[in-house]
Amino acid sequence: MSHFSAGRRKDRGKDGRGKCELSLTVNRKPETVLVFPMERLLDVLRNELGLTGTKEGCGEGECGSCSVLMDGKLVNSCLVPALQAAGANLITIEGVAEGSQLNAMQTAFLECGGAQCGICTPGMILSAGHLLNNKADPTLDDIREALAGNLCRCTGYMQIFEAVLQAARRRTGA
Amino acid sequence: MTQEHIIGKSVPRKEGRDKVTGAARYIDDMTMRGMLYGATVRSQIARGVIKRISFDPQFDWADFVTVTAQDIPGKNCIALIGDDQPCLADGKVNHPEEPILLLAHADPHLLRKAVDAVAIEYESLPAVFTIEDSERPSQIIWGTDNTLKTFLISKGDVDGVWANADYIVDGEYTTGAQEQLYIENNGVIAAFDREHGITVWGSLQCPYYVHKALMALCDLPAEKTRVVQAETGGAFGGKEDYPSIIAGHAALLAMKSGRPVKIVYDRLEDMTATTKRHPSRTRHRTAVSKDGKILGGEIDFTIDGGAYATLSSVVLSRGTIHAGGPYYWPSVRIRGKAMATNAPPHGAFRGFGAPQSLFAMERHMDRIARALGLSPVEIRRRNFLKPGETTTTEQTIREEIDLGKLLDRALELSDYTAKRARFAQRNKVGHIKKGMGIAAFLHGAGFTGSGERYLASVVAVEGCADGGVRVLVSSTEFGQGTNTVLCQIAAEALGLPYEDVRIAQPDTNQVPNSGPTVASRTAMVVGNLVRSAALGVKQTLIASGMIGGSCSPEEFRTACREYIAAHGELRSFARYQPPEGVFWDDQKYRGEAYASFAWAIYVAEVAVDLSTYSARVEDFVALQEVGRVLHPVLAKGQIAGGVAQGIGFALYEKVVWQNGRMQNGQMTNYIMPTSADLPPIRVFFEEMGNVHGAHGAKGIGELPMDGPAPAIVNAIGDAVGTGFDSVPLLPEDIFEAVGAGGER
Repeated sequence: MSHFSAGRRKDRGKDGRGKCELSLTVNRKPETVLVFPMERLLDVLRNELGLTGTKEGCGEGECGSCSVLMDGKLVNSCLVPALQAAGANLITIEGVAEGSQLNAMQTAFLECGGAQCGICTPGMILSAGHLLNNKADPTLDDIREALAGNLCRCTGYMQIFEAVLQAARRRTGA
Repeated sequence: MTQEHIIGKSVPRKEGRDKVTGAARYIDDMTMRGMLYGATVRSQIARGVIKRISFDPQFDWADFVTVTAQDIPGKNCIALIGDDQPCLADGKVNHPEEPILLLAHADPHLLRKAVDAVAIEYESLPAVFTIEDSERPSQIIWGTDNTLKTFLISKGDVDGVWANADYIVDGEYTTGAQEQLYIENNGVIAAFDREHGITVWGSLQCPYYVHKALMALCDLPAEKTRVVQAETGGAFGGKEDYPSIIAGHAALLAMKSGRPVKIVYDRLEDMTATTKRHPSRTRHRTAVSKDGKILGGEIDFTIDGGAYATLSSVVLSRGTIHAGGPYYWPSVRIRGKAMATNAPPHGAFRGFGAPQSLFAMERHMDRIARALGLSPVEIRRRNFLKPGETTTTEQTIREEIDLGKLLDRALELSDYTAKRARFAQRNKVGHIKKGMGIAAFLHGAGFTGSGERYLASVVAVEGCADGGVRVLVSSTEFGQGTNTVLCQIAAEALGLPYEDVRIAQPDTNQVPNSGPTVASRTAMVVGNLVRSAALGVKQTLIASGMIGGSCSPEEFRTACREYIAAHGELRSFARYQPPEGVFWDDQKYRGEAYASFAWAIYVAEVAVDLSTYSARVEDFVALQEVGRVLHPVLAKGQIAGGVAQGIGFALYEKVVWQNGRMQNGQMTNYIMPTSADLPPIRVFFEEMGNVHGAHGAKGIGELPMDGPAPAIVNAIGDAVGTGFDSVPLLPEDIFEAVGAGGER
């Protein structure tokens, strides 16, 4: 669809009144953008940095579609004011794969049917990855608990659980 | 040369990689140069006359585009089945959140303030909010008596059965509204120019529904109306009819402003203003013999349609036809009725009327069992439909279905008998009461009656310059696996690897009308057409002498490339042909309602905590016969997802209404199941062939929505000894009945 411009928004920032400079690291790359201090991190990622893989489902921290990793912690980016991310190290869904190589969680989601409509998938994959970073060999109950902040309306979660268990097995080489 | 089968294999989802990397582009991920954002000013009241619309003089309106009903170039309606629903209210409003005025501006933040700066004065009129008020009728709000639609199914001599009945069992059952709650809200972008007309990209299920609605609204010919589906983040019926409205709004703003306009709802607007599952009330009166055979009965099935007719007639039709469940009725009279109320119109949601009437049927079977002193298993076994018998519409069952056998397998998988006995013992002490519940049901695949004949769907398959092939359909992917399954079918038909088959993005300028993506029809009906069209491509190559009857993928690719080099195009179409000898009477509602049925037995195990009165599902077995399973992973995912929505429908998801407006339109107060709330959902298939579908497939998408609510509520009745007849069933409802010591 060639009519659509991808990437960074160019039409804002000319008029920088009330905005301030925000420097942060996103997907291992340093970035500096002009933002309103209370702008949502979600909007900064999507509109200023063109990282539209992070989704908005509810805008009030309930659905988890906007989950990203901030300094290794899982956050709902719709609830984080931009300035709070100053100097932070962020990982979004675009930074999960290593180049063109999908990571173990992404592969497992594909194989097990963990993604249906795909809208919760970026947040779900970050959330599941975060769990494995903290617990390499989770039980089913650990997974149920860890993903309870990421709503999925399509799958009934069962194939997502399978995907997380499979990724854990692959990562630990079990 | 033996070719590896692709049907029945869990090949990778076509658009899966883009979904797990975040590369998939949904409507809100797209922007266009010079694009404005659109917003909707909506009615604050349920019913009344608009006296005045005023714009706050303190607010700077200079750069705003405003659209009212007076700006509509064509007809002010959302063309669907009827055309009673206006696109923008003109002088009067009939439900809360009814669109009145549209605004557009380049700054979405300023736009929100502008919506608040529009004041609308009304003269309120009395409104109607319940089925009972609408029936009375306390006010006429639609037509001459508030009735949107009625159906009557009549089989045998019902009036003659009551005198000979050993038992007459009455029951009344209700179900609440349910929000589809796709995680991606409704959204579109519209662009207009004089040369090309209007183009709408959006999150939607049915491109040609939107196409039809835009032509009427914008007064444009078909060739100047274009609808393109973007990646769609869940739909479940919620993006069947509603996208025509939001697309219409964006189109009007784009036409007036001359700039592209994006409208994406936030969660609150999506939940309060868009469609939900129809609330329902079903009354049963059943004559039963002392050996547990149904002799006949009367069923009154009534749904709340909301303020306009929209899809209510079709939802009512499916609910009415499914109201008798998978049982043999020697005689029955089923009255279906859709009533108008001053709520936003209720619409399509997975199951489409059947979950409502089947909830009633399956609760009623447990009530009959109790009245007769039979077990829930036995009452069902004695009344199951068998091959050669007829349904309530007098459709003869020709499939070799054995529901008794299916039931046996479900009981075994769930360990029903042993567990039920064990729970009955343990329930005598302690505050945790456990129970087991069954639901037996069927779901008709494809459009009802003559629906597929009227639709006359068309699909195309084309050879590509690189030697692969491409499927061209308006059938959409929104999670179910349309892209994948249709490519599998084409690949299998041509003996090509799955990777050689692609599917076009649904775009009304590019793809033929293969019908809407609804009614569990895609794999069965569209799949069959894709197979024919694919074989047509092969036939062309054979006829041109470029390949023989059997060829290797490499030979096919070479022939395909050479044909296109020589002729420019290699495209084959297939149009739906109704099977011979199928009889359906639209007036009497008699005959072959569906080309085939999917059948299922679901078993729920629940625990009710009598200190909190909360009920939890602890195990769930979903066993179904859906014909050939084309893709095991996708099929299992469809069933588990549907069961989860069914569990929500049963125990969690309550729409709180006040004067026709949803009061809990947020994810914080409308509660859908999380990963921590669900039991293991164990999915099993019984595969039998089916003559109608592609490779023997039947419909699968809606079936799993029908069974969970009755199975769970039956299990709760088994656990606490009190039957419940309404969903959603929340802890306060259980407390009211059981806490008060009520035994019904």
